[in-house]
Amino acid sequence: MPRWGMVIDLDRCTGCGACEVACKSENNVATVSPAQADMGRAMSWMKVMAVAQGEFPDATLRFVPRPCMHCDNPPCVKVCPVAATYLSPEGIVGQIYPRCIGCRYCANACPYTVKYFNWYAPTWPTAEREHLNPDVSVRPKGVIEKCTFCHHRLQKAREDARAEGRELRESDYQPACAEVCPASAIVFGDLDNVNHRVHALKEDPRATRLMEELGTEPKVYYLTPRA
Amino acid sequence: MADAASKLDALPPDARTLLAPLVVTTWRFYLAAGVLGAITLWGVVAYFLQYRFGLGRTGLNQPAYWGIYIIDFVFFIGISHAGTLISAILRISKAEWRRAITRSAEFITVLVIGFGAIQPIVDLGRPDRVLFVFQHAQLRSPLLWDVISIGLYFTASTIYLYLPMLPDLAIIRDARIKAPRFYGFLAAGYRDTPDQRARLERVIGVLAIVVIPIAVSVHTVIGWIFALTLRPMWHSTIFGPYFVMGAIYSGIAALLIAMVVLRRVYRLEAFFKPVHFDYMGRLLLVFSLLWLYFTFAEYLTAFYGGEQAEMRTFWAKLAGPYAAPFWVMVACCFVIPLGLMARRATRTPAGTLVAGIAVVIGMWLERFNIVVPTSVNPRFELEPIAHYFPSWVELSIMAGTFSGFILLYMVATKFFPIISIWEMREGREVAVREVTERVEGYLPAAAGAD
Repeated sequence: MPRWGMVIDLDRCTGCGACEVACKSENNVATVSPAQADMGRAMSWMKVMAVAQGEFPDATLRFVPRPCMHCDNPPCVKVCPVAATYLSPEGIVGQIYPRCIGCRYCANACPYTVKYFNWYAPTWPTAEREHLNPDVSVRPKGVIEKCTFCHHRLQKAREDARAEGRELRESDYQPACAEVCPASAIVFGDLDNVNHRVHALKEDPRATRLMEELGTEPKVYYLTPRA
Repeated sequence: MADAASKLDALPPDARTLLAPLVVTTWRFYLAAGVLGAITLWGVVAYFLQYRFGLGRTGLNQPAYWGIYIIDFVFFIGISHAGTLISAILRISKAEWRRAITRSAEFITVLVIGFGAIQPIVDLGRPDRVLFVFQHAQLRSPLLWDVISIGLYFTASTIYLYLPMLPDLAIIRDARIKAPRFYGFLAAGYRDTPDQRARLERVIGVLAIVVIPIAVSVHTVIGWIFALTLRPMWHSTIFGPYFVMGAIYSGIAALLIAMVVLRRVYRLEAFFKPVHFDYMGRLLLVFSLLWLYFTFAEYLTAFYGGEQAEMRTFWAKLAGPYAAPFWVMVACCFVIPLGLMARRATRTPAGTLVAGIAVVIGMWLERFNIVVPTSVNPRFELEPIAHYFPSWVELSIMAGTFSGFILLYMVATKFFPIISIWEMREGREVAVREVTERVEGYLPAAAGAD
């Protein structure tokens, strides 16, 4: 059984935001108006957070792309009263939109703040509306949504591999953010598979996870900057 | 009407005073009911707007996921601890002064629970799926524990209100002052025979014991909803007992307000005597001290540990954007009630009314100070600090809920005696002798008796 995970090299991340854009269009994430975004209602399953360090003129800007951590001990799954959010056997934390009652308890329980709520029915600019991804269901108003490691791609990859009568390869299943990253900062794969890059990368001395002390066992690792 | 009035005059004096509100209704009542009804309707309209367009109509955002509705939920369920718990404890401890106040307290409980319980439903993104909590129940979710304990509490306290009212319902039925078939149905064949009375008192005794752990569980579980997350200043073991203490505190305060108003509008001075306000005032005093103790313990633990994420929320409350609600809370929950209730001269109806109002406001602010500052200060330090200000929709629904509850309570006083008639009579006929015998039983036999 694979255990899907991600390693993000912060030394490589340029903060270009391609992962954000790829994620939004891959997963039909709704676009909110600027006024709504100012209220704190923008949705971005993958979000590049910027950290300013130092004082001018020695200031630097660091970037931390933040997807869902897909915890092995997910606080959001525990609190859901209707099992609308779940941990799959392969370690992906998913959300069942037709089940979610919109209580937002999971969003409050998540220490990484990666669960997004549909305050209104979703809207898109016309051009985007015409090119929604048919593989990903759009969400109604009033439910929680979140990064899924593009698990619809896993389904398709597995079917393809089965049809071709072979094992699933690392390159078969890559989420949109990892696929598009021009700096190859985002590496994705099976953490338990020695043939996958993430297996070795997660043992790198630079590897760390966000708020490890909470015991949530995140499956997203960060390689801290060298300098 | 004249017929009902003459029937009323034929009753003994206690019953005459206590049943008068069922027969006589002043224009002031209709005026107040009209205003409250209009505000309630306004709240309903606001809710339909929210239902139609989505929770976007609130001021909520990410990560301020919870706001007014959850504050009101904790607040109203807290108020509901007025009745059942206070009345049960006073009954079990044989506090004879309880007789006049238990009924009005139990009514607060039963009527306010519903208004509390709808708050999380108003807060749902998908209220149409609310029954999923039964269909797909997840026992590991504290939210489900809440559904169970509130459901149990509502059931138990409704029975606990109804059963001790049976003899009074029979009195109304027999006096034939109002809707005979309605009261005939509610009285359920109760004839007040010695056998029936003995059985009733036994059941009330058992119920009084049973409702206490249920009531304690209700607010404990509500505290746990917050405490079982990893969020700064929520993740605290004190929350269960702290919430129970706060609930009883706000319950006593709400009951005091109700007593002062009922005493004034229904001329119940003979029943709600200065001694009742004195004793209830002492209870309030004890709880203002308990409140300080619990609050101090909570904040000291957070402060002394000094964890970074905790400290952000801590300072936001004490000296940051939430300093105003925090210090007003301290004034309302501690300084004002302590100052007024520590002196006999201000443990009067007027004094307890001021203290009661202060505590109710203070306890609402306490829930605000629990929900909002933690919500806007996420643990993840890269996440920007959020802002939350309730929208007019949220404030309208809140106003509608408050006025809806007061309206329902007013209407209830028009259908049920708000002071137990039979328990007053029992007090005169039985309790006086019983208490004398009890006190004598504590003492060594008088000299020369043997």
